[in-house]
Amino acid sequence: MEERLLMKGNEAIGEAAIHAGCRYYFGYPITPQSELIAYMAKRLLKIEGATFLQAESEISAINMVYGAAAAGGRVMTSSSSPGISLKQEGISYIACAELPCVVVNVMRGGPGLGSIQPAQGDYFQATKGGGHGDYRLIVLAPSSVQELVDLTIKAFDLADKYRNPAMLLADGLLGQMMEPVQFKEFDEKSIPSKESWALGSSKGREPRRIVPFDLDPVELEKIVNRLKQKYQDMQKEVEYELVNIDNPDIVIVAYGSIARIAKTTIQMAKKEGINIGLIRPITLFPFPYKVIEDTADNVDKFLVTEMSLGQMIEDVKIAVKGKAEVSFYGRTGGVVISPVEILEEVKRLLK
Amino acid sequence: MKEVFTKPKALTDVPFTYCPGCHHGIIHRLVAEAMDDLNITEDTIGIAPVGCAVFAYLFFNCDMIVAAHGRAPATATGIKRVRPDNIVFSYQGDGDLASIGTAEIVHAANRGEKITVIFVNNAIYGMTGGQMAPTTLQGQITQTSPYGRDSRTMGMPIRICELLSTLNSPAYIERVALTKPAYIVKAKKAIKKAFQFQVEGKGFSLVEVLSTCPTNWGLSPKEANEWLNEKMIPYYPLGEFKYVEEVS
Amino acid sequence: MVKVIIDRERCKGCELCTLVCPQKIMVMSKSFNKKSYHPAEQINPEKCTGCAFCAMTCPDVAIEVYK
Repeated sequence: MEERLLMKGNEAIGEAAIHAGCRYYFGYPITPQSELIAYMAKRLLKIEGATFLQAESEISAINMVYGAAAAGGRVMTSSSSPGISLKQEGISYIACAELPCVVVNVMRGGPGLGSIQPAQGDYFQATKGGGHGDYRLIVLAPSSVQELVDLTIKAFDLADKYRNPAMLLADGLLGQMMEPVQFKEFDEKSIPSKESWALGSSKGREPRRIVPFDLDPVELEKIVNRLKQKYQDMQKEVEYELVNIDNPDIVIVAYGSIARIAKTTIQMAKKEGINIGLIRPITLFPFPYKVIEDTADNVDKFLVTEMSLGQMIEDVKIAVKGKAEVSFYGRTGGVVISPVEILEEVKRLLK
Repeated sequence: MKEVFTKPKALTDVPFTYCPGCHHGIIHRLVAEAMDDLNITEDTIGIAPVGCAVFAYLFFNCDMIVAAHGRAPATATGIKRVRPDNIVFSYQGDGDLASIGTAEIVHAANRGEKITVIFVNNAIYGMTGGQMAPTTLQGQITQTSPYGRDSRTMGMPIRICELLSTLNSPAYIERVALTKPAYIVKAKKAIKKAFQFQVEGKGFSLVEVLSTCPTNWGLSPKEANEWLNEKMIPYYPLGEFKYVEEVS
Repeated sequence: MVKVIIDRERCKGCELCTLVCPQKIMVMSKSFNKKSYHPAEQINPEKCTGCAFCAMTCPDVAIEVYK
């Protein structure tokens, strides 16, 4: 049995990345993910051939990731909300060039410089592309430190599988939290070879060209349609957790830290004779539309709760297709929602 | 018959997309000649910028990637860190390198990244149709300085070689021109030296090439060459700014 | 004997080769190429010294020189 370690969320992401064979990290300091960049520095600078580089900006960092990914490296960058905004142009290039990389967003309050407290206001940005043009990221939403580990590793695997950037969408609460974690054995041989497409020595083959543009509209459309096909193929990666979903009075849909808080609400509600179910999307892109739609056949009330003004609720409404009432409860600015608040909202809706 | 002058092997057969008389073509050829001379084409990875030279990926017979505007030094850094045994060069214009990408070039140079940068300074934005560049000369008329560049509100043209030479880390920095055969011979030597430095693992190298943009300057290629000699070279002196055998 | 080969279709008629030729034997053709440029051509080839200044200056790598 693997050893159980007590780790802080941000450091767990870093260790998971290294565990998954990530040897290249480019980043820029920002709260509340600073422990992650520090952890990568401490670890990668001691591994021969690995690169840790504190870039001059978030923009430079993501463009270093672009280069490293093009050269076939297993590469990661991390930041928090305002820094992720700065990376968007680069992420769009990486998506267009069909290169794999992992981007970690430890979300904080926004908009603007916002706050340094936990938030979930970057859902739209993460799941709808974020930068310019038609593209999507694979978006994974952990809700425990163990999941930070497991989903970081998964993010690398999915990024390689689809040759697409993958985002780990965490928040300041998870990043700062300490919990015991385990690292399952990782087989480095499971990392797919990139020799068939990565840049390198062109000896014995035609030179390769990575070109994230085409001035011929018909040709660019072909590239975009190829991406579209890939995003359709990704639908089979949908992952979610269901709690107490048999015949509940109401179903909460929540992801990340808030899903975890909602689990406490469910326990509290039980004592008062209220039966709450929970659907927790683990993949935010692809989004688990089907399970939500199926649930809406048997439940007439949904409550979406997020640390935002209401972003994921739009996907939930798309999934529900008007079959049930979808309400929202959210806090913003870095205010974390308490289990009691959610319970009060449930009671109000059930009245 | 003996070859006196033929197209270098590191160039593809694709005809250049540049305007008549534009120096990009000469610079491409000199880069390719350096790759041929050093026998590094198969190991070279080139980075095309955003701008007229975005199509450079079509012209070189080595692996190529197109970078985001100004970010070529960052992309080069990422590539070189993963593939330290490959030769990595970026090819950038003045808007790319000296305006939007100022941070990237300064910090790549300051880290002493073992890359080679070919910097094409033609004192204007070419691809977008002739707007003011950071290197546009005082008084020069462009689309966005229609009454001439006024240093009181638009600043003075930036001298990149001088700026970067204040840093400790760069190994080799030189400014060259192409307006006469003697200059071209010197430019060829400089570009080859810049790649040679990387082959020997000496560190960051950059060659600034003063170049014409006849189309956007509104001059014939001949007049453009004269304008470069008369106006640009006095402000952007040619020569070696940095040559460090061992970078500490 | 020097042989200068000009790729008429690559040439964009910029005239830079005519400016650097020490023998003044590079001139612009009166005819057009497919791109509608007047390509460069060599007159009095016997005067050519094979200095290759024309080729060196050509921005379109349209000139090759053999001896």
